[in-house]
Amino acid sequence: MTQKKIVALKVITWLACLEPVFLLLYKYLTHDLTANPIEFITDTTGEATLVLLLVTLAITPARKFTGLNWLIRFRRLTGLFAFFYIVLHFSTYLGLDIQFDWHQVSVDLTKRPFIIVGFIAFLLMIPLAVTSTSWAIRKMGGRNWNLLHKLIYVSAVLGIIHFWWKVKADHTEPATYGTILAILLLARVGLWVKSRMKRPPTRKPQAALAGD
Amino acid sequence: MLIKKSPEVPYSEITKKTDYLSRRSFLTAAGIAGAGLAASKVLPEMLSPELAFASTKLNFKKSDLSTHGEDITPEKDTTTYNNFYEFGTDKDDPSKNAGKFRTSPWSVSIEGLCDKPQKLDVDSVVKLSSNGLEERVYRMRCVEGWSMIIPWIGIPLSAVIKAAQPKPKAKYVAFETIWDPKQMPGQQRQVLDWPYVEGLRMDEAMNQLTILAVGMYGESLPNQDGAPIRLVVPWKYGFKGIKSIVKIKFVEKEPPTTWNRMAPEEYGFYSNVNPNVDHPRWSQATERRIGEFRRRKTLMFNGYADFVASMYNGMDLKKYY
Repeated sequence: MTQKKIVALKVITWLACLEPVFLLLYKYLTHDLTANPIEFITDTTGEATLVLLLVTLAITPARKFTGLNWLIRFRRLTGLFAFFYIVLHFSTYLGLDIQFDWHQVSVDLTKRPFIIVGFIAFLLMIPLAVTSTSWAIRKMGGRNWNLLHKLIYVSAVLGIIHFWWKVKADHTEPATYGTILAILLLARVGLWVKSRMKRPPTRKPQAALAGD
Repeated sequence: MLIKKSPEVPYSEITKKTDYLSRRSFLTAAGIAGAGLAASKVLPEMLSPELAFASTKLNFKKSDLSTHGEDITPEKDTTTYNNFYEFGTDKDDPSKNAGKFRTSPWSVSIEGLCDKPQKLDVDSVVKLSSNGLEERVYRMRCVEGWSMIIPWIGIPLSAVIKAAQPKPKAKYVAFETIWDPKQMPGQQRQVLDWPYVEGLRMDEAMNQLTILAVGMYGESLPNQDGAPIRLVVPWKYGFKGIKSIVKIKFVEKEPPTTWNRMAPEEYGFYSNVNPNVDHPRWSQATERRIGEFRRRKTLMFNGYADFVASMYNGMDLKKYY
């Protein structure tokens, strides 16, 4: 993969990731944000968050199964866009939906399970976004950084639960996203097992054994 | 399935006389205007009488029971933002999928514990009211936390009940939506327990605010809003307003209702609009009026307490939600 192609692909990825924003802008300008624009914005940004979380989680298995290592260079981009949309999603709730009614916030964050899990998913993504720079990776060390960024699994699972609990009757969409997430997590288990089988079982060095 | 095919009705009985007349006059006018125009405009109308019915203008009187002083929700919103799961669960699914739904011929079976059970087409149901059609502008509060102001056209349900002469044992009225998965794509999936059923206590059904609507905004009901005939109970959450009704049955015991069966802890039989009793998953204290930016406070019994509160005297509304 040449640098030129990577740049071109990045431009395409940016545009694809911004599609929900373009859609909202277009619908806003054409007065087509449905009868309930705030609900539509909330749903659109929430769904974009979930989709981008799943795309981000798909990159590592896709890379390992296909051997296309350059895929990894898109993971930060999609991950940060997932964070971008969850910020929009939360801001829509706080600013447009309940319009900074702090009492309502306190009620929602203590009494409404689907809002609580959604909020936790959002909180857990903040440190991931903050430590997304190359500088942070160097500073933290790859091991710690990787460990911290395992939080994305928790956020994704909570995101699915949040969606599931919010729905009134038709669970098709959260079930679909949930299934995709399950497949992506199972793929990791498969990759882990595969790598264990390839590697010879770890033994203490011969010299150490001899010294016993 | 208990739903039987309605008996074949002669075509002349289905299509309204006014439709015939308007079609004839239109044919004449179109003949003058040009054969090409006549073919393109008139043929589709002649081939599908139900489409002609869908745009029927209605004659009605304005009712004193209308809600005043609030802006009527634009028709575009009430016809594109619908919860009618029979046509799909997204808000815009009904307007996309209900276009070809056949609402004529239609038969409503009025049955159960009554002296005069009958099967009627929609026109005959309307004729049961001596007042003719009336326009009732009502608030409509959805259990999801949004609301609209809709100018319904219909008749009091009480007129239908009186005509059927329920027996003293009849304490409740049960309603049923048509079950027709071929026409209703949403029914092909078990999202809800089809067919949709609803119910009212007899006094609620007899209340002067309770109507069977056959139209809105001066015309017959669009399919996505529950054509050809639906229930409107303005002090209850919108889902109580069962759509596309084929059966009205008088019963002794509280009848099952679809959303209550689906999630009994979330949707009660009564489902009166009540800002003090939250849905387990969200607050019911406020609502977003479609077209408005700020939320407004939800009113007890959706603002119709003067008409209905006495029916619930002594009842614990937290228990009977």
